[in-house]
Amino acid sequence: MLNKLKNTVLDSQIKKSIFRVGIPNTDRKRVLIVLGNVFLHLHPTKVRTSGVKLRYTWCAGGLSFFLFLVLTLTGVLLMFYYRPTVEGAYVDMLDIRSQVPFGIMRELHRWSAHAMVIMVMVHMFRVFMTGSYKPPREFNWAIGVILLVLTFLLSFTGYLLPWDQLAIWAITVGSNMAKATPLMGAGGPFADFLQIGGVPLVHPGDDARFMLIGAKELGGTTLLRFYVLHCVGIPLIAAVLMAVHFWRIRKDGGISGPL
Amino acid sequence: MEHAAAGHGVLFEAFKEVANILATPWLSFSLTTIGLLLMLRFRRYVFNWWIGILAIAIESGVIIWGMKDPNFSLIVGKPDNVPITAMLFISTFVLWLAMTQAVNNDRRVEQKLPPDEKETSNQKTWVWPDLLYIEFIALIICSIVLILWAIYLRAPLEQPANPAATPNPSKAPWYFLGLQEMLVYYDPWYAGVVLPSIIVVGLMAIPYIDTNPKGGGYFTFAERKFSIGIFLFGYLALWVFMIITGTFLRGPGWNFFGPFEYWDPHKIVALNNVNLSDYVWVKWFQWIYQKTHIEWFNQGLPQVRNAIPQLLPPDPTSIRLFLVEVGHAIKREFAGILFLAFYFLALPGILAKTILKKFYEQLDLARYSVLVMLFLTMFTLPLKMVLRWTMTLKYFVDTPWIKF
Ligand code: HEM
Repeated sequence: MLNKLKNTVLDSQIKKSIFRVGIPNTDRKRVLIVLGNVFLHLHPTKVRTSGVKLRYTWCAGGLSFFLFLVLTLTGVLLMFYYRPTVEGAYVDMLDIRSQVPFGIMRELHRWSAHAMVIMVMVHMFRVFMTGSYKPPREFNWAIGVILLVLTFLLSFTGYLLPWDQLAIWAITVGSNMAKATPLMGAGGPFADFLQIGGVPLVHPGDDARFMLIGAKELGGTTLLRFYVLHCVGIPLIAAVLMAVHFWRIRKDGGISGPL
Repeated sequence: MEHAAAGHGVLFEAFKEVANILATPWLSFSLTTIGLLLMLRFRRYVFNWWIGILAIAIESGVIIWGMKDPNFSLIVGKPDNVPITAMLFISTFVLWLAMTQAVNNDRRVEQKLPPDEKETSNQKTWVWPDLLYIEFIALIICSIVLILWAIYLRAPLEQPANPAATPNPSKAPWYFLGLQEMLVYYDPWYAGVVLPSIIVVGLMAIPYIDTNPKGGGYFTFAERKFSIGIFLFGYLALWVFMIITGTFLRGPGWNFFGPFEYWDPHKIVALNNVNLSDYVWVKWFQWIYQKTHIEWFNQGLPQVRNAIPQLLPPDPTSIRLFLVEVGHAIKREFAGILFLAFYFLALPGILAKTILKKFYEQLDLARYSVLVMLFLTMFTLPLKMVLRWTMTLKYFVDTPWIKF
């Protein structure tokens, strides 16, 4: 009876249309299952035994990616409830905290974000300590550094969105730095050398900080700008670079190991 | 608030006192650096199970015990500071994890054995199921940690944004606090813009300047002493340490507060930082004048005015005025200019003949130049820190246009 049910399920057209390979009980099927699945085929079918060990990779790169996925998922859920406006943002935060079912989405999102920053730093540490940036992996290390910067920027742009005191002052401190950019920030060294007939070319209305926050002072334009970068711009770039990163791991011969 | 913790006993008071003193920037930074050096020197004895467990136990003990103090628990218990406390443990752990394996491999290599990884690096493992089940378990554990963390600790939400009420201190997000802490020693154009760019470019340059063919694909220290030593110093002492200082030990006015000190917004700290030019023109030349009575040494600090040249359309008068002031600035700041010229132009050559001789001989000129420039740039930070603590030095070169 039970056997019959099992066979019906396993042989059904529905099941076969979804799972192309069946139970991977032979080496051939183990290859096919990894190759035939769009998610699993990020992996090769076989990997260097020393590289699989937990004590070698610490799973740090993999968990960075997992945290990125968690952040994407929880981020999309938060977007349902959040409006990036000066009037709406904080109120929506209060609502997310008290009204929304499964009220830990914001917590999950924020703590995953912190965890991702730490995890990416740990991953970089591991890659350095195993000398895995050495040829042929130099380029992938450089991609990784950009991913690290993007991780910081993702977290930085997200920090503003709650629009509370913590948010706006942290971003104020951060974006004030842009004011000091040499030549391109209104308060930066040599910026006042750039003028035509006494009219300054670099001033608070067009300098590097203005470009970052979209106004002379932190406000609604900043919020919108950071929101777009946080939810669309930077994640897209990061996702593309992650694709390159993963692709290059395989093209560079898989996880590194001693020669 | 200050006295709220009284009554916890003499031992606790002594512990707080010691911790406050140890946390003073000059002392904690020196201890971190020396500790790192000693740890690497005696790595064979340090990186084992016992010391690893002991280190984590001491860190936990200090934090758990410290939580009895209201000032300490106020700052450590802030929801957004939890990751930084976590980072303290994680950094200790990953350092231990990497170095233990490195020490083990170095020992094997000494015994003419290949590194541990080599034993299995020519074998292959199936992704399905062997790798996937490791990944699966990692995902589950990670999810559980996140869910528990999310349930037990609420994300912070402070008062609604109010551009008129500046909190004191105002802090950047935690991963940038290392940079904010560097503002103590550098101007914003450098600490906030130029230095981060150099860090990013410098990190990307690592694979191209580290041409050591050994040590790829396995943990080792002996085969890569220099690169790992510098990296650990940068990662732990100049990044993690600075973040921790910036988070836990900087209070109102970005003044230093010990971990058990009350963040008194009215704390007065004498600002007596002086420039190198002050030392030269005021202190040292005065001293010479007293000895020799040569009038030239008695002129005091030359004045430099902030003149801006008008370049478009070129205005000869303003350009001339500007050049005159540049001349004054060069005169006033000659010592700092000479020092920086020596540091960035002569020192690379000297290092090529001494400490970095091996690298100079192995690398081509382009690689060596990049290496030594990054190396020297990195070491301006500890240099400036030490000079600040020993002689309250502010700027090497202080002109109206740019300061360093
Ligand atoms: C969003 C950030 C990142 C993600 C999701 C990510 C993901 C991964 C994954 C899944 C791996 C496979 C091995 C492992 O798990 O360790 C890997 C390897 C690698 N990553 Fe990353 N990474 C990121 C950032 C970085 C950074 C910041 C660096 C260095 C600066 C870096 C450099 C490398 C290199 C060189 C490898 C090859 C390691 C080897 O072959 O042993 N990655 N990365």
